[in-house]
Amino acid sequence: MSRRVAITGIGAVTPLGVGADALHDRWTAGESGIEDGMGRADEFEPTDHLTRRQARRMDRFTQFAMVAAAEAIAQSGLDESGHERAELGCVIGTGVGGLGTIEVEHKVLLEKGQGSVSPLCVPQMMANAAAGALAIEHDLRGQCFGTVSACAAGAHAIGAAARMVEHGDAVACVAGGSEAAITGLAVAAFGEMGATSPTGISRPFDKRRDGFVMGEGAGVLILEDADAAESRGAPILGYLAGYGATADAHHLTAPDPSGDGAARAIGKALGDAELEPDDLVYVNAHGTSTPLNDRSETEALKTALGEDAMRLPTSSLKSSIGHLLGAAGAVEAVATLQALRAHVAPPTLNLEQQDEELDLDYVALEAKELSLNGHAPVAISNSFGFGGHNVVLCIEAAS
Amino acid sequence: MATITKDQITEKVIASLVEFGEEPENVKPESRFEDLDIDSLDLVELAQVIEDTYGIEITDQDMDKIVTVQDVVDFVSTRQDS
Repeated sequence: MSRRVAITGIGAVTPLGVGADALHDRWTAGESGIEDGMGRADEFEPTDHLTRRQARRMDRFTQFAMVAAAEAIAQSGLDESGHERAELGCVIGTGVGGLGTIEVEHKVLLEKGQGSVSPLCVPQMMANAAAGALAIEHDLRGQCFGTVSACAAGAHAIGAAARMVEHGDAVACVAGGSEAAITGLAVAAFGEMGATSPTGISRPFDKRRDGFVMGEGAGVLILEDADAAESRGAPILGYLAGYGATADAHHLTAPDPSGDGAARAIGKALGDAELEPDDLVYVNAHGTSTPLNDRSETEALKTALGEDAMRLPTSSLKSSIGHLLGAAGAVEAVATLQALRAHVAPPTLNLEQQDEELDLDYVALEAKELSLNGHAPVAISNSFGFGGHNVVLCIEAAS
Repeated sequence: MATITKDQITEKVIASLVEFGEEPENVKPESRFEDLDIDSLDLVELAQVIEDTYGIEITDQDMDKIVTVQDVVDFVSTRQDS
């Protein structure tokens, strides 16, 4: 039988600061974490949160995940929950894993030779390092792995974790995404392929949009069997009500212009939640600020939601913090839940000249209050990744 | 090359272990690695530091016989003299 999946804790490290509240409060206020064309998590100081030894042995992406997870786990009380440790899972997505480590150690290899490459290189660089480190730190002894699907990885992690809990393979699962890819190679590579913004401005749905701005950080949620969470008195912030995932099978880096794969993912997420488009009150867009995504995503929303697409406030967190790649879907899930709990649609920043061909309500520049429909507020959060991956999470706030 | 004293080697080894994350007050010449929070990856790093600093290679077989901080110091000191 399928169990209901409650969300009992959230945590985030983003360019807006350390903590989920900093993310929500500052985004809603229209503040930006982007400086000089990059969304760096500048306020993050590893040894404020980790021992010197932990910090030294982890790539930055694992450090982010550790701190975001500590916040979420503390809120949920998971460490003291009394749940069987073998029934606690952990799934953490990333786009590229320990890229900073790879770049440093590759330089060592070329300049000093094999014998000087750090023995810590592998445990730092591997894309599943964050999931493994969290399992050790919090004694999570159930299913534990990383997901790798570029900018959909964080959302895929949450979807996989939700299925684990629904199916009864885990009573709770630590789920999220983490990324620390503002490195020389990644900045050059995304730039050379024309994906990132030459002007360094993230302005989704604006006619002047010219690419995404790179960001870094992590988002983590605690997904828990709702009955088990209730019986232990855990804080129930909301529910992971639905999950839909598809592939474009079109092009490795360009979205299908028709938005067909994305639309099918939206439909599957709603179907999984047993909801209709008119049940939704908000859409958290993937909204990268690339010319192609923002157009095809708009098409997908119209295809999947019909008339309701025109009514729904649809905003992009990437306008405030940039694109956190494999962390984006998880950070956006955290932000979506917070928006629903506060009954507010945070704004799409820098949207001053809306593209005439894009005609949804993108919540330009200023937050607006959500129009509720008498039910617990529900939203979808979209995440699409290079590779043609489409993931949609349907998130419901506790009423 | 001037001979390096055992005290200097001890200082170098302890400084490395502290850099790896050990608390300075925990690391003494008689400290056993298995009692410290030092694992096999740390020992490989320590061997790299020794090789970079003194040009002395510590093989895996050598490492098997090394149990304490003092064992490393003695190993380096002996190799240096030979």
